[in-house]
Amino acid sequence: MNGLAPLPTRKQEDFRYSDIDALTGVWPVPVEDILVPTSQSTTLSIVEDGGERAVARHLSVVVEDGAAFDLRVLNTGPAFGRIAVDAWLGRGASFTLGAAQLGGGTQTLEIVTEVTHAQPDAVSRQIVRTVLADRATGTYLGRIAVERGADGTDAEQSVRAMLLSRTATANARPELEIFADDVKCAHGCAVGELDAAGLFYLQARGLTPAQAKRLMLQAFVAEAFAGAPEEAALTDKALARLGDLV
Amino acid sequence: MLQIHNLHATVADKPILKGLSLTLNAGEVHAIMGPNGAGKSTLGYTLGGRPGYEVTDGSVTFDGADLLALEPHERAAAGLFLGFQYPVEIPGVSFVQFLREAANAQRQHRGEPPLSGGEFLRLAKDKAALLRMDMDMLKRPVNVGFSGGEKKRAEMVQMGILDPRLAILDETDSGLDIDALRVVGEGINAIMRRADKAVLLITHYQRLLDYVKPDFVHVLADGRIVKTGGPELALQLEEQGYEAVA
Repeated sequence: MNGLAPLPTRKQEDFRYSDIDALTGVWPVPVEDILVPTSQSTTLSIVEDGGERAVARHLSVVVEDGAAFDLRVLNTGPAFGRIAVDAWLGRGASFTLGAAQLGGGTQTLEIVTEVTHAQPDAVSRQIVRTVLADRATGTYLGRIAVERGADGTDAEQSVRAMLLSRTATANARPELEIFADDVKCAHGCAVGELDAAGLFYLQARGLTPAQAKRLMLQAFVAEAFAGAPEEAALTDKALARLGDLV
Repeated sequence: MLQIHNLHATVADKPILKGLSLTLNAGEVHAIMGPNGAGKSTLGYTLGGRPGYEVTDGSVTFDGADLLALEPHERAAAGLFLGFQYPVEIPGVSFVQFLREAANAQRQHRGEPPLSGGEFLRLAKDKAALLRMDMDMLKRPVNVGFSGGEKKRAEMVQMGILDPRLAILDETDSGLDIDALRVVGEGINAIMRRADKAVLLITHYQRLLDYVKPDFVHVLADGRIVKTGGPELALQLEEQGYEAVA
């Protein structure tokens, strides 16, 4: 996958749920290289809230030995928003992804990750929360590759999507490829609707249906930004968007 | 204050309430007792407006207005409080945030100014103390990790904060030990025993009525009130059972 490649088709796994028409307008997607040198830590927040446009980004991150990279993503705005992250982890490196995709209308939002545990003892944590209304589509494709000899790998994916309408679509595909023996890889994935009993409980105390939904979704999305340096700013932006969706 | 006339309600097309009539005046405490499956909880949920509880005939007026035409949050704002038999856990949302939003949503609906953060916290502290609940518990997520008894006490703290005119308490006494039962009973008296308020206690047992003295006791069986009396009726039920009395 590089910027000079021909326009992908939906036959390619990583673009199976993409909006290819929208992608055409922004193709080729330049690869943004990020290097986190040995024992350094870097944080990055990406907020895509840009109106009608299509946005596609492709980050290629190398996290060297003992280094840490903390990436938070809030994907709400564009008609088509795609964020692809390749992360290569050195010995004892740490990678955190906390992402929220909040879509309505006919938006297509997607996050595609490939995390490579190339050396022993690296830790990766991915939390992706997706909220979809109307006819929106939200996708998470997450591959974890544990290479030969990368013992002591500790990888975790937690992927949950909440559908506010029956016409919205959530796709989630966690994928593990493990070539080492002593590894810990956990992945959980769930697609659901807001708990009706909880909604009634909140409304019985006086919250309007929209307030009740927003409160429950706020808690759902908050996990993606917990502990981020810009937690408050990201949460505020997410709340504003949730207010529109309910 | 509350007039229920010939109320018929179904749950999943199954008739549960079959012509229930009941009148509560301001200043009164009524107890509804009855065997399992008589329709006690259905009565509470139907009055609260829970989706899935469908009124097929009859009427309910609250302060002269058609209660059944109101949404659950509008019923709350009108002064109705439903104490849940099984309070719902809402992970990620603190009691303090939830109750402040609920109180202010009700106030906004009634055209009253919102409570400031400080005003709300003073009120919450006051009501928590009344129910002998540690204020720190209200900073935790709604009902999460609470014991059965703590949930019921928290329901009464909520009632104190929201200050309703009519409380319908669905088996608030279940899950309480003897000491907690007394605290809850005294809390109900302190909050609701006033000339301009009324209480409908739904219960299996006489013991709560030792603390909250009812003016009327009704026996509900097969979706109807089959017998009405004074406090002595509850004692008689406790002694002889529903079959003998009703």
